Formats: sequence, structure tokens, C-alpha cells
Amino acid sequence: LVILLSFGLRSMPELLDHGGNGEPRIRISGEQWWWRVRYEMSGGAKFELANELRLPRGVRMPLYLESPDVIHSFWVPSLAGKIDMIPGRVNRMALHPTRTGVFNGVCAEYCGVSHARMLFHVVVVEQDEFDAWANAQQAPAHAPETSEATHGAELFAMHGCGACHSVRGTSARGVIGPDLTHVGSRVSLGAGILDNDVAGFVTWLEKTKEVKPGVHMPAFNMMSEADRRAVGAYLDGLQ
Amino acid sequence: MSSDETEGSRSSSDEPRKMPNDPEPLEHAPPEHVRRGQEERLLRAWKTPTGIRYWSEVNNTEVGLWYTATAFIFFLFGGTLALLMRLQLAKPNNQLISAELYDQLFTLHGSIMMFLFVVPIFEAFSILVLPQMLGARDLPFPRLSAFGYWCFLIGGVFVCGSIFFGIGPQGGWFMYPPLTSRFQKGAGADVWLLGLSFIEVASIAAAVELIVGILKCRPPGMRINLIPLYSWYILVVGVMILFAFPPLIAGDILLEVERIVDWPFFDPRRGGDPLLWQHLFWIFGHPEVYIVFLPSVALVATMVPTFTRTPMVGYTWVVLSAIGTGFISFGLWVHHMFTTGLPGISLGFFSAASQAVVIPTGVQIFCFIATLFVGRVTYRLPMLFLLGGLSTFLIGGLTGVMVALVPFDFQAHDSYFVVAHLHSVLIGGVIFPIIAAIYYFFPLVSGKHLSSKLGRVIFFLTFIGFNVTFVPMHITGMRGMPRRVYTYPAGAGFDTLNMVSTVGAFILAAGILLFVFDVLRPKKKQPFSERNPWGAGTLEWLAEMPDKPWGVRSIPEIDGRYALWDQKNFMRDVDEGRFYLPDAEEEKRETLVTSPLDAKPIQLLRVGGPTFITLYAAIFTGGAFIFSTFHLWWLALASTVLAIGTIIVWLWTGTALIPEKREKNVGLGLTLPLYASGPTSVGWWAMLITMLGDMTAFVSLVFGYFFYWTIHQDFPPKSEPSPRTAWLLLGLGALLIAWALTILARRLNRRDHALGFYAAALLGVALATFGSFALIESLTRAGMNPRAHVYPAIVWLLVVWTVIHVALGVLMQLYCVARRVTRRMTAEHDIDISNVALYWHFVALTALVTVGVIAGFPLAVR
Repeated sequence: LVILLSFGLRSMPELLDHGGNGEPRIRISGEQWWWRVRYEMSGGAKFELANELRLPRGVRMPLYLESPDVIHSFWVPSLAGKIDMIPGRVNRMALHPTRTGVFNGVCAEYCGVSHARMLFHVVVVEQDEFDAWANAQQAPAHAPETSEATHGAELFAMHGCGACHSVRGTSARGVIGPDLTHVGSRVSLGAGILDNDVAGFVTWLEKTKEVKPGVHMPAFNMMSEADRRAVGAYLDGLQ
Repeated sequence: MSSDETEGSRSSSDEPRKMPNDPEPLEHAPPEHVRRGQEERLLRAWKTPTGIRYWSEVNNTEVGLWYTATAFIFFLFGGTLALLMRLQLAKPNNQLISAELYDQLFTLHGSIMMFLFVVPIFEAFSILVLPQMLGARDLPFPRLSAFGYWCFLIGGVFVCGSIFFGIGPQGGWFMYPPLTSRFQKGAGADVWLLGLSFIEVASIAAAVELIVGILKCRPPGMRINLIPLYSWYILVVGVMILFAFPPLIAGDILLEVERIVDWPFFDPRRGGDPLLWQHLFWIFGHPEVYIVFLPSVALVATMVPTFTRTPMVGYTWVVLSAIGTGFISFGLWVHHMFTTGLPGISLGFFSAASQAVVIPTGVQIFCFIATLFVGRVTYRLPMLFLLGGLSTFLIGGLTGVMVALVPFDFQAHDSYFVVAHLHSVLIGGVIFPIIAAIYYFFPLVSGKHLSSKLGRVIFFLTFIGFNVTFVPMHITGMRGMPRRVYTYPAGAGFDTLNMVSTVGAFILAAGILLFVFDVLRPKKKQPFSERNPWGAGTLEWLAEMPDKPWGVRSIPEIDGRYALWDQKNFMRDVDEGRFYLPDAEEEKRETLVTSPLDAKPIQLLRVGGPTFITLYAAIFTGGAFIFSTFHLWWLALASTVLAIGTIIVWLWTGTALIPEKREKNVGLGLTLPLYASGPTSVGWWAMLITMLGDMTAFVSLVFGYFFYWTIHQDFPPKSEPSPRTAWLLLGLGALLIAWALTILARRLNRRDHALGFYAAALLGVALATFGSFALIESLTRAGMNPRAHVYPAIVWLLVVWTVIHVALGVLMQLYCVARRVTRRMTAEHDIDISNVALYWHFVALTALVTVGVIAGFPLAVR
């Protein structure tokens, strides 16, 4: 027992080490039922994405965990233990991945109806790849390239999507929902629920409540199938 | 224990020690006709009413039986909910059950199992067997048990029923705010908070009853070192309930007040903190684990000696480590909060404490194993369940040591690993021992045995089913499946494991179903069991088959821990009425009260008989809670008034009755008083114990005040006004004088100074009322708005708490005045004012602490 305890206590400082106060740092906010991820890079540059973390391999990356609504818990089983995200507090931890790959993350504290639908991915890449990605993320959104996507962008604006979502470089500046500037580049949609392709966007727009019960976003099933595809094409093109 | 004691050894190393003055049973049995007369009178006094009036019975045998059966039905209901969850989780992305329903399922499953099954079933069981184990005719407050039972039934049906209307609570069984305070608008959370608070109050009532029963209603000669282990454990558990439930009730109050009137206790935007709930919940929640676990250890400690034909090895060690476990369990709560970002030093401390609790638990288990070695084990059916339970529990205990380590817990916390761990502990530590106990005690209740053939099948079904269900969950959890998810993605390594768990759950359920069949199957043709069928040594097995309603024929003088083994001709002497109280001359229900340490008889207590008033009181009390859930305030208020009225009628007509004579011969040359007040009486003890629980709730609220101070740089915040000190001191002064006047009233009454008594009591009432207004005035004059910030909110809450206690105190003073006016209370018969004065000590303390904190602290900090 004593051995076990001393072993456990010995390994605690390392586990509790939250990587100091340096930059870059990542602020993650658990919200019902998705993850807002904000990067604060060393040069002062900032960008926001959702439901996805990208980390360079071999670097200890400090995380600041918080929540504006209820208690969530940030857990990537393959990379580290979990730490709760508690409204009114900022909890800290660090991730120090040693191999590249895509790792699954979940919310580990029951947080309401779609607790089970609050997943995310951690993508670990080499440092140079990370730098390139971070630069790309800082850039404003790409303009739509096809005519369908252009139509989709118009529909996106017309239906008021910008009230909740931001697409940097456009008039959409909402802050309630996930930032969609580079949504097409992410691993999944709807916090780890759907594949990130046009079909995924169409399903999300049509069956929002089925895919994620209790979600705050209304379903856009009054749009025609073609319109939903157009919006999907637009968003999918936001690489 | 020496090894040369072989074959049928029944003598204990602690040889029964006779005290020189211990009375012997009568040399000769009373003549046949005298005995028959005694039996008829006893039977008339203890007769169970028939027909509809059956439900007015308050005797421990009936109430205990209803209680046990009801708790078991809730268990079956909770189990059914679990099966529905397993069906949903059988396949990934299953559409069988909606997320909303699933959330209600797991919330209710956990809450029902915890609050409506594992805690109540032990209280129920103890109400059923404890008096017999202690050779008493009943517990000291049978009507309180009945009231507790009816509250439990009403509250339980209310909470369970909510799911059928889609308004079940869905916050998880630990109901973390702010999810439950601001993000779930429906009635669900109110059902949980109010419904379960109501039941917690009933649990505390039962705990008070059991503690007083064990301390004061033992058979003469059963000194503190001879108390059966079961009773020791229940005593420890009772005390734990008394200190563990009130913090939760305090938390419930804070959360419900936030929900109803928006005082921001858990809202970080206005200075509140969700972590306060977690602290209060787990200060309750961890002892809770031992509250449910210790009684089942108690059952093991009862059955192991019987089946080994040997007294328990290391009685003193077992008792001390039971107390130790109970004590340490209050220092572990933070291990449920390792992942909340607390400082490393707290994590280290609580991790160490969590490991430490293994030690006393281990001592007990080793004592049991030692007893199994020393004695000659007879493998009868209950033993099978005990061994199965013990081994399962050990697995749960080992994984418990694992999760107590902070690094491991970071990984396992809130995953299916924890689900597997807690079910190993609870099913191994509680369900199996309970089934064992039901097999063991069934003859005591019905006079007949359950089938041992079916029993074996049931054992293997449940044991295999349990392992198939929960062993895979350890892996599911390690692979990263969080708990409380209504579904999971395919191909993440969870699919097969979950399917296996679901199959296992149904095997387990089949076992339980078969068990229910065995209990319910008609046994008309089956012969009655022989007396003491297992050859046990403790007093409850004096019971005849089928049992008589009087409990024991005569109350024996005890010389050892296993009287049926140690004392010669014991059963004959008891049966022939050669001991105390073989008769009920006035055909009233009577039992002996003894002193807490030496069990010297000190009073003959008359306990309440059948009545419906406890049922009415429970209905109205329940109404107050249930109407509040739906915000029907006028109905709730009416119900509260009716409840208070009914309870007053109950107390007025049923308690502190002045007996027709001062004392009575109880046999063996002993004469005992029929009336006692002050520390000799059971009522005084009940008041004392209840108020200790009440103070614990109060201390939890004060803890809240200081908790807010620790998390804020600026507390009390400069932006918020503090209460007016002068008014607070004025109020406190008035309340302290009211307290002094209450004590004076008791003294004047004792001196039979009627006018003085009335003057002191009524002046006390006036000052108490004035004091309450002064306290409130100090807040309103300062302009403290409880919705603005948590600081005014917690100050208001402390004041409201104090004022409610003062109001109850005023009601009690008026009650005493009325009793005196109607000559139901006299100089000699002064239980009422004596208990009210005791209550007022606590009121004075509450007022002093409240004012000390809310007036003193802002001054001290600034």
C-alpha cells in the first residue's frame, strides 16, 4: 500500500505540470455540446476553431480549460488523464504527445442531453507541418470557387447563419456557435459525430436535432435539398 | 482462540462473566394458568389490528416488514431501469431510447439504488430485527418508525413515478450544478431535490430511532462490550447517517433555493461556485458508501459466527475498526473530485487518506476469515452468497485502491472503469449479503425457509451474470468510454464489450427474478421451520415459528455475547416467563429502558400503539414537498400547516402521557418508574441526537460562507453591504434572553411555580419573536439583496435558518404552556419542557454562531 501510494504521489508532479505560462497556448472552452478551441500563438496571433486540436509532436503544450455554461471534462484517453472544465474557473493541464496520429477525445463529465455527442479529435503532427497549419488557420476564409459554392455562400448569408457563426473575411461574425472559417479542413463535423464532407453538412442541416438532441442550433429542413447541398459545398470548400 | 477447541465448540474466549449482583431467572416457572393469563394479556397488548386497520400498526415487526418489502420493490424498479439502459447500449448508435429518456434512466437508477434501496433497506432490516436482537419488545419510538416508513413510501413513489410523466430528474445521481441549477428548467431537478430531501429526513428519523434503540433499549446485563456486532455496526452507521446526510440536505437547500428564488449559490457570474455543491455532496457521498457497506459487513459478522459455530474472532478489533472506518470515511470525499483542478497538496492528502481506509476494512475482513478458519464451517446456502459477495467486494476494493491513486484516477474517473468499480463494491458488498440475509432471516419473518435448491441456481445466475456484466466494463472504461453516454460510436473498441455486458445484465436479472419467485411462491403446504434453524447464538432466534407479536416472551438478563449458546436453559427460561416483564397487567405495550453503558434497567417505557395519525402526518408532510415541486405554493402552505397540526395532535395525544401510577414491578424483584424525563428518558436522547444532525446541516451552511471567502479575493465584497451590526446584536441579545427564560421556565415548573413558569415561557416567546424580527431587520435595513451576489444570499440563508429554528422553538414554548394549562404537564411530569429546553440550547448556539459569523467576520476582515 505504501509503495503504491509513494509511486502514485511520486508521479503526480509530472502529471500536474501544466507547462508553464509560455506561448503558444491553447484555450479550450467546453460548451453545450461542442469544444471552442482558441490558439494564442507566440507572435500574438490568435485564431479560433472547434472540436479539434492540432499539436506538434514532442512539445509540451499548455492548455487552459474553461466553460461558460455547465461542467464539462476534457479527456483524450490515449494522451492524458482528464481535467474538469468548471464555470467560473480556469483549470490547467498540458499535453505532451510523443507520436503523430489522430486521437479521440470525449467529454467525461455528464453535461446534459448530448453529453454522449460531444467528441473531438487531437491531431498530432510534426512541428513544420504544425507551423504550416497554424499559418493557414490564421488566414481569412477562401472565397467560394464553384458556382454551387457561391450560391451556398449567398444562402449562408441569407439565412442569417452569420448571427451565430463566424467566417473570417466575410460578414459572418457570430460568436455563439463554432467558428467556421476553415471548417472544411477539420476531421469531423458536429463535435465528432459526422464525416466532414458535403453529405455530412447536408445531414447536419437537415437532422440537426436527431444528430445532436437538445442542440441550440435550429434545423434548416425548410431549405430544399439542393440548397442544403449548396451550403454544404460552400462550407466544405472552406479549407 | 485456542486450537484445541474442536467439535461443536461453542464457548467463547470471552467467557460469559457473571456480575456478582446479576439476578438469576426464577427458580421455578410460574404455574401453567398464570403463564396462560400472562400470555393472553401480552397478546392483547401487542395484537396486530386486522382488516383496514392493519395499516395503522406501528410495531417494528410490521413496519420493518413493509419497509423492507418497499425498499426491495424500489430495487426491482431501479434494476429494470438498468436493463433498459443495457438494451440501449447493446449496439453502437442505437435508436431504441432517446437521449432525454436515457438521462432520466441513469439518474433515477443511481438515485433509487442509493436513496430508496441501499440505505433504507438496512434501516428497514434493522427496524425489523434489531429489537429482537436486543431482547426488546419494540423500538423506543414505534410511531416515529411508522411515520418514517410512510414518508419513504410517498417520497419514493413520487420520485419513481416522475419518469412515467417524462419529468424525471436528469442531472445524474450527483446532480452537479450549474447543469441542474440553470440549464434544466423542467421539474425534474425539483423532483430530485425535494423528493429525496423528504426521504433523507425519513432516513435521519430512522437513524435517530435506531441509535436510541441501541443505546437505551438493550436487555439488562448487555453491557457495551456484549452488544451483538450487528447492533454495533448499526450504531456506527446511524451516527454516520446523522453526520453525513445533513450536509447533503444543506446542499439540497442551497440548490433548491437557487432554483426557486434565484439566490446565486452556484452561479459564478454572481460570486457563486459550482464546486461548493461537489464538496457538500461528497461529504455526504463518500460516507454514504460506508453507510451502505458497513451494515452488510454487519450481516456478515452476524452470519459468520453462526455458520462456523464460533464466536467472532477479535470482537473488539472488529468494533474498533468499524468505528475507524466510519471515522475515516468522512475524510475521503475529495477523491471524487481529483479531476476538478484542486491543488496537488490536497490531492496527495486525500489520496493517502483514501488508501488508509483500506486498513480498518482489511482488519474486519481478516477477522471474518480468521473466524472461518477457527470454526467448523457449515456450508449452508446463505454462506454461498456471503462468500460470493466477499470475493466480489474484494475485487471492488482492489480497483478502489487503484482509483484512489491520483494518477490512475485522472484516467479512470468518470469512465466505465468507475462504473465497474462501484458496482463491484455495491453488488458484492451489499446485494449479495442482503440476499444471504434474506435467506438467513426469512424463517424469522415468515416461519418458513426459502428453497435452498432454487437458492443455488439463483446464486450461480447472479454471480455469473454479475461478472459477465461488470468485468468487461473495466476494459471498456480503460479504452475510454465515459459514463452516462446514451450511445457510442461504432468501431471504437466498445461494441463487443457492451454487448457482453448487456447479456450479463440479463443473466443477473434472471437470477433476481427467480429469487423474487422464491420469496413470493405460495408456501402454505410447507411446514414451519424448527426454532433457531441455523443454531445461532443471538437473541433474535428466541423467536417462535411462526413468531408471536410480542417480540420476546420475557426480557432476559444477559451474561455473554451469544446468550443462546452460553446461558443454560436460556430459551426455556425466556419462554416460561422466568425473566423480566413476563406480563402486561394493564395490557399496554411496554419495554425496558436501560442505561447506555452498563445496561442497567432504569425505566419501564410504554410505547405507542396502532394509529393512523402517522400516516396522515406523512401524507401532509409529503404534500408540502410535492406541491412545492410544481410551484403550487398555496397548496404547499396548506399542506405544511396541516402537517404541523397533525404532528401536534400526535404529540399531544400520544407522548409524555402521565401514567396512572408512579412505578411498577417488572419481575425478579425489580421495580421501575413508568415516567422519566431529562437524560434518563429516551425522548431527551432523541432530541439530542436529532439536534446533532440539525447542527451538522447548519455547520455545512456556515462552511459554505467560509468556502466563498476562500475562493474570493474580496469577501465580503466591498460592493455589497454588510448587515447592520447593532440590529444583529439586539436580536442576538433578545434570543439569548429567550433561551435563558426557557431554562428558567423549566426550573420554575420543576418547583411547581405555575405563575412563574407561564410568565417566563410567555416572555420568552415575546423576546424570541422580537429577536427574529431584529435579525431580519438588520439585513433589510442594510439593503442586502440576496439575488445580487452570493454574499448577501448566504447571509440571508443563515438568518432565515436561524429564524425558522426560533419559530419552531416558539411553537414548542406555546405547546408547553398549553400542556401545563391542561395539566398534561406537571412539576413532576415535565418531559415536554425538559426537551424544549434542550432544543433551545441548540437554538441559542445557532443564533450565536450565525450572528458571530455574519457580524463578526466582516469586521474581522476589514
